[in-house]
This record gives sequence, structure tokens and C-alpha cells, in this order.
Amino acid sequence: MIRLTDVRKAFNQGRHNEFWALKGIDLRLAAGAVTVFRGPSGSGKTTLLTMVGALARPTSGRVHLEERDISAMPERFLTEIRRSTFGFVFQNFNLIKGLSVVENVMIPAYPVGLPHGRLKARAMDLLERLEMADKAEARAEWLSGGEAQRAAIARALINDPRVLIADEPTANLDSERSAQFLSIVAGLKRDGRTLLMTSHDPMVAEAAVVDRVVSLRDGRQVEAR
Amino acid sequence: MTAGWISRQRHLLDFALSSLGRRRGKNLGLLAVYTLVVFVLASVMLFSHAIRHEARLVLKDSPEVVVQKLVAGRHDLIPAGHLEAIRGVRGVRAAEGRLWGYLFDPAAAANYTLMVPRDQPPAPGTALIGSGVAAVRDAAPGDTLSFRAHDGQLVQFTVAGTLERDSALVSADLFLVSEADFRRLFGVPEGRFTDIVASVRNPREIRTVAEKIDAALPDTRIILRDEILRTYDSVFDWREGMLLVLLSGAILAFGIFAWEKASGLSAEERREIGILKAVGWETSDVIRLKTLEGMVISLTAFLAGYVLGYLHVFHFGAPLFEPVLKGWAVLYPDFRLTPFVDELQVATLFFFTVFPYTVATVVPIWRAATVDPDQVMR
Amino acid sequence: MLFQPAIIALILASAVSTLMLASSLPFVVRVLRRWDMASGAETQLEMERRTYLVATLLKLVLVAQGAALVLFVFNADRMASLFTGAMCAVGTLKVDRWGFPALYLHMAVFFLSAFWLVLNHVDNLGWDYPLIRLKYAALLGLAPVVAVAGGVQLAYFLGLRADVITSCCSTLFSGNGITVTSNALAAMPHGVALGLLAAGLAAVAASGAHFLLRGSGGVVHALASAAVLGIGLAAVVSTISVYVYELPHHHCPFCLLKREYGHVGYALYLPLFLGTVCGVGGGIAARTRRHPSLALAAPRAARRLVGVSLACFAAFGVVALWLVLRSHLILFEAAP
Ligand SMILES: Nc1ncnc2c1ncn2[C@@H]1O[C@H](COP(=O)(O)OP(=O)(O)OP(=O)(O)O)[C@@H](O)[C@H]1O
Ligand SMILES: [Mg+2]
Repeated sequence: MIRLTDVRKAFNQGRHNEFWALKGIDLRLAAGAVTVFRGPSGSGKTTLLTMVGALARPTSGRVHLEERDISAMPERFLTEIRRSTFGFVFQNFNLIKGLSVVENVMIPAYPVGLPHGRLKARAMDLLERLEMADKAEARAEWLSGGEAQRAAIARALINDPRVLIADEPTANLDSERSAQFLSIVAGLKRDGRTLLMTSHDPMVAEAAVVDRVVSLRDGRQVEAR
Repeated sequence: MTAGWISRQRHLLDFALSSLGRRRGKNLGLLAVYTLVVFVLASVMLFSHAIRHEARLVLKDSPEVVVQKLVAGRHDLIPAGHLEAIRGVRGVRAAEGRLWGYLFDPAAAANYTLMVPRDQPPAPGTALIGSGVAAVRDAAPGDTLSFRAHDGQLVQFTVAGTLERDSALVSADLFLVSEADFRRLFGVPEGRFTDIVASVRNPREIRTVAEKIDAALPDTRIILRDEILRTYDSVFDWREGMLLVLLSGAILAFGIFAWEKASGLSAEERREIGILKAVGWETSDVIRLKTLEGMVISLTAFLAGYVLGYLHVFHFGAPLFEPVLKGWAVLYPDFRLTPFVDELQVATLFFFTVFPYTVATVVPIWRAATVDPDQVMR
Repeated sequence: MLFQPAIIALILASAVSTLMLASSLPFVVRVLRRWDMASGAETQLEMERRTYLVATLLKLVLVAQGAALVLFVFNADRMASLFTGAMCAVGTLKVDRWGFPALYLHMAVFFLSAFWLVLNHVDNLGWDYPLIRLKYAALLGLAPVVAVAGGVQLAYFLGLRADVITSCCSTLFSGNGITVTSNALAAMPHGVALGLLAAGLAAVAASGAHFLLRGSGGVVHALASAAVLGIGLAAVVSTISVYVYELPHHHCPFCLLKREYGHVGYALYLPLFLGTVCGVGGGIAARTRRHPSLALAAPRAARRLVGVSLACFAAFGVVALWLVLRSHLILFEAAP
């Protein structure tokens, strides 16, 4: 469903510290599969995820979502696609401090314009499924690492995206919490969602739910399983 | 407009309010400065406007034409004979002599305006006094006040009552007496007046009538009410404008302050905007959010500043302007201005405060709203 | 010059508007020369980000100029007391030859920036910035108008001296005053004015309905809307104002805004202006549908704009009719 053709990304283009984080990636990502990106630090995993997830535009090359070329779209449309197609779980979860969990979960849906009541019901439903219902009114900054991650997952799912993108999802968790995360992933896969993750953690790369591992080095793809 | 649009705006407003609440310290500081700026400007405008309004009230009942006698370029007593000459000019409806002047009261160290009212003058030996006079002399009806006449003899007045008028500025220092008492006090001989006032049948002919009087009585000076009104208006406008230009330094400083506040985003705020954009907010959503925040602050500050300015000028007698007023006359500090709100003035004040704030925050808001969404991935 | 708060505010508003536009001109030139949507280069991303700033600045210009237009008229009315012979805004504007041009330029700036924002809105609906060159080229045209409007206004205010003898609406428009263009408007027979207005509104309604049903003729509707603006203003000056004041020779377009007449002018001018903005804007939007990326979105936006313009013109017509009917003044004898 997602196709990358010779995707390159430069930072500080045209300046003395110009740096090419991606140097030509060709990749097809199947719908409904779980893919893990692996590689040493600085190899461009996160950068690749931002290209795939329509957070940023490649400097050159094409990114296709289904049949649509999303690599040269104005931000306005890219945002709409991102909002409806991708859900993000960030490495440090990035919940907004000072807001309650349920408010955090609702944020991605604000620009959509759903009535407040329906939106809140949907957020509570998601929190319930992730066993977070009792924390719905807690402040985001009070949560433990595992709870914060589940809140972040609920937020990523509020617009019912087909693809969930997670950057280093287990980096801040102990092994028990990591196992819990993998079981959530398995559940999402059963729902028919596509999952894209980066990870250093062998436990993630070797988990049973993972369909494919892509390895990167220096902005290039080196091997694939 | 669709229901979706409405709930979108509602979500944005909710979020804007909670976002303001989360940075209470910074926003309260901004609000305080903003309110202070509005307060000062509003006070200046309300005050000068109220003064102008008072002046209009005074002039409304003042005569259309005043004729003064000039001797060597100085104002002098006018002979009653001039009255007949003026009444004889075509277009003049009525003319009469006035008696008025100033009296220095050493006991209160204040100047009173002594006048013989045209209708219902007080009986000889009694006086009607303004609220300011009553206050400085602590006088109530029935009390006796005495003054030294021009020849050193004592003249006594029994207070018959105090004056209530819609404009305290005019009546505060008034001291109304009978014609006989006035002449005795100042030694003004019979057949002479301070000046002569005339009314004109057709308002359009005032100018022509004035020219005719001038031709008939070359030793006089003629003052028209319209001219005074116009002069007052432009003088007060000019003063107010001058003050605003002086205060524009303050407005400018405020604009810079607002720019600073808006562009000095905390790391936390920057992160928040990054998160919003990453999870599906668009740049224009963020701009709208920040604009809403600015509007909430602007409207709150404007309302608060205006109300405070209003209270300051109309309920507390503009104590901040007291030093300026004190030089004018001793009796004035206690007067109350007539409350008066004018749409044009509110609109102008809005322009002077909200517009600079908005302009100053546009670029910082845009900068904040265009942070790259992929930044939160790092 | 008269040193008045409102005058200072107006000068400030137009100076800041001019400055904001002038400061974006270098960027405008850059867009015209270097815009390349296919590129993902950082310079291109940076340009796309800048477009948000320009759009925001223009919204601010529109709001400021709209408010300034009201303030200008309001202030002109208030200043009448300073000039012998001036009884309302007309007299103040007649003080020198810059007054009315300043007013017309204020209106021009208001309409042009509104049209630009319509263009911008439509452009944002397409996924490849289809109108970007057109709209930035339009900015090159708009900027001088804003600057000239500011300059003429400044010339007008600088030339004001209190106590200049001027003529006012009662004499100016009564037919024996000095001949000016507005005088010709005022002299228009009541029947002709009302007839033209009815015909213009009918043309707007017909072209608008045709567009909504068939999806074509947007440009005709735009032209009709622009015409109704002129006809509507002429009708207000020549006839509707007379009905409101109930004085056969009082033809003032500004006194209607005053409290004495219940601020009824706003109920006339707001729908008329908004209707014109949306009507012409609808025509502009309809014209852009030949761009592939706007094939769907532009007609939808155009329909919405035309719909709003129809509602506004209807409101204008109803208010005008109501003012004529409730008046005690009889200009036309009923047929025997
Ligand atoms: N905004 C930027 N400006 C300059 N260089 C950048 C920027 N963002 C990323 N880089 C560089 O691009 C390279 C790839 O970064 P990226 O975050 O994709 O690595 P990663 O594989 O996710 O590493 P890690 O495993 O540590 O998360 C790094 O060398 C980084 O320094
Ligand atoms: Mg990374």
C-alpha cells in the first residue's frame, strides 16, 4: 500500500553542513503487515518514518500511498492524509502536559469537527479497550511509562487510521511492559491495521507478530527479511 | 456554516482557553501590561472627551452673540447706551446687559465667579452658591458670608441655597447675587454692564448681524458662540491628539513587548505546537488557535482597561490627572464629570490598542505555527 | 492638519497596511520566479511556509481596512462641527478635492483585498497551488492601490483646516449646488432609481439561480453583482435616503448610519457590500475550475459564495423595500 521510490532526504541543504540522512530508498510496504526498521543509531530510521508517515516531504524521490503521490503535496493536504491515514506513537510519547489523558486522546480529532460528546465517547471507548479508563481524568504528566504509552496509542487511534507508526516503542519500557505492548500490536494487526516500527530491541525484531524486518545503514537499505 | 465548522471552532476555543490557562504566569503578566496601556489611553480619551462635553453643555445655554467694549485693546465696562444700538440692528431678537466678574476670597484662598442671573436673581443680601463654594466655606443655607467691597466696607450675604446643575464643572465656583449687591461690591456704576449678549432671529444670519453690530459700534469686540465651539473642539482634539502622539511611545513599547512575549515561546510551548502538527493539525489550525488566544487576551484587556478608565475618570474624578487640573483653579478638584461614552471614541481606542498588538504578534504566531512537525520525532 | 485621535488611527492603519504589503513584495517576486511545486528542496518548503504569512497579513489588511472604512465615515461625520457649513460627512469630505477620492479608494482597497482572499481560499482547495502565480501577481497590483489610498487619505487629512467654509448634503444634493458626480446621482428620478434597482436585483437573482441550477454563468453573476453595488448606492443616494429622512431634498448616504436614524445604514450597506464580495468572488471561483485540481472544489466553493451573495442581496432588497414602505413620505401618487 505504501511505495517509496528512490527517496532521499537532505538536511541543511546547500549549506556547509549539508547532510543526506537518506540516500535512495526503494521499498514497498504491504497493507496489514507488521514491519520493523532496524539499524545503528543515526542510520535514518526515524527520518524514513517521517517520510512514510507524511510528516515531512522527501528532498527527492516519490512516496506513493495507494496510487496517490504524496511526496509533492502542499502541507494542507498532507496533513489531511496524515490525520486520516496514520497514527503516531512517539519515542517519548509526547503527551501534552497539563491536560487530562482523555483530552490528550481527543486532540488529533479537533480539526475534524466531530461534536464534542461523540468524540469524548469514542476516546473513552479506546481508553477502555487499552485498560486505561480509570486514568482518563488523570493529568498526562502523572502517568507511568507504560500508561503514557497506552495513552499515546489511544491518541494515535482516535481518527481510526489504517497505519500505526511507532518510533522506538519499547525503549522506555521494562520487558514485561514490552510484552504487553507486543500483545497490543498483535490485537491491532488482527483488526487489519498496518504497523510500522523502529526498534533497537531484539525482543521486538524477533517477535512472532513481526512479518518483516528492514535494516538500514548510513541512509541505505542493507538487507531485508 | 456547517455543524462541523461550528464544533471545530468550539474545540479550538476550548483548547485556546486551556492553553492560556496552562501558561497562567506569562499570560497574566501580558494581560496586566495590556490592561494598563488600555487604561491609560482610555482615561486620556474619556477625560478629554468629557471636558469637551462639559464645554458644550456650558456653551449650549450661552448666548449666540457677546458684545464687549474695548478700550486700548482691553475689555472694559460697556455703557447701557450700546444696548439700544444693538437692538436697533435688523435681525437681532433681543439684547441685554450682563454683570459678572471674579472675586478673590482670602478666607478660602479661592476665586469665585460672581454673577447676576438673568432670571430670578436672589433678593438683595442673599446669594446662591455653587457646590465648590459651599464645600470650601463649609456653608449651608442660612449661613452668612461676608466680603470686603471695593471701598473696603463689609458686605454680607445670607446663603439662600446651593446650585445643582448637570455640569459641576460650570457651577462649582458660582456665586449668584442681586444686581444691587453686585454693583455695591465692585463699584460698578448704574448704566454700565460687564458685557452685552444678543440673540438672533435666524441662526443663518448670525454672521451678517455680527458684521452690522461691528459697523455700528466700532469700539466693541464681538464673540460668536459657534466660533467658540469650533475653537474648543479643535483645541481639545489637538490636545488629545498631542497626548496620544506622546503616548505612542508607550504603544510602541507595548508592541515590542507583545512581540517579545509572542516570539519568546517556551520550549514547552514549541513542543506542544510540534505535537499538534504531528498528530494532524494544520499550520492554519495553529494560526487560528494562536489568533484566538490573542483575541481572548485582547478583548479581556480592552474591556478591563476601558472599565477601569471609566471608573477612574467618572467615579474617582480622574485622580491621576489631578495635578494637571489643580493648576486651573482651586475649586475644581472635587468635581465629577458627566459620564459619556462615544462609539467613535471606543472604536478609535480599539484601533490604538488591539491593532498594534495584533500586528506585533502576526509574525511570531506564524513562526511558531510553521515549526516542522517531524521535529517531535527527535 | 487636524490632530485628532481618529485621524491618527486611520493614518496608522493605512501606513501599517502599506508596510505589511510592501514588506512581502520581495517574497512575491521570488514566488513568481522560483516556485516549483514538484521540488522538495528546502527553499521550496520555506516558500510554502511563507505563503501562510502572506495570507494572514492580507486577512489583517482586510479587517483593518474594513474597520478603517467605517471609522473614516464615522469620523468625517463627527468632524462636521469643525467646518462652517458642514452638517455631516458629505460636508467634511467636500472640504477639499481629496475627500471623496479617499473614500472611494478606501472602498476599493476593501473590495480588492476581499477578492484576493477569495482567490487565496480557492487556491488552497487545490492540491498543487494551481493559482499561486496568479494570486501573487495580483498582489503586485493590490499593493500600489493600498499605498495610493493611504497617500490620498494623508493628503486629505493634511489639507484639513478647521473653519473652511464648505457646502453640505442639503445644498450639495439639492440640485442648485455645485455640479459634482454625486449630484448627478442625487438628481436621478426616483422612479428610474427604484426601477434600475429592481432590474439589477432581478438580474442578480436570475444569474445566481441559473448558476446554482446549471453550474454556468458565474461571470455573469459577478458582473451583475458589481453592477448592483453601483445601482444600489445610487438608489440609496437618490431615493432610499429621501424616504428615510422624509425630506424630499435630503440625499445623504452617510446620515443613515447615525443614531438618529437607528443606524439603519448598516442594514443596507453590510449586505450590499458582502453580497458584492461574494457575488464577484463566486464568479472568480467559477472561472478557476479549468484547473484540473480545482475541477471539483472550485464549483463547490463558487456555489457557496453565490448562495451567500443571493442571501445578502435579498436582505438588501428587503431592507430597502421596508424603508420605502414604512416611510410617511409619498413620492409616487397612487394611480387613480
Ligand atoms: N533536523 C536535522 N538537521 C540535521 N541533521 C539531522 C536532522 N534530523 C536528523 N538529522 C541527522 O540525520 C541522521 C539520521 O537521523 P535519524 O533520527 O533518522 O536516525 P535514527 O536511525 O532514527 O537514529 P536513532 O536510532 O538514534 O533514533 C542523523 O545523523 C541525524 O543527526
Ligand atoms: Mg530514531
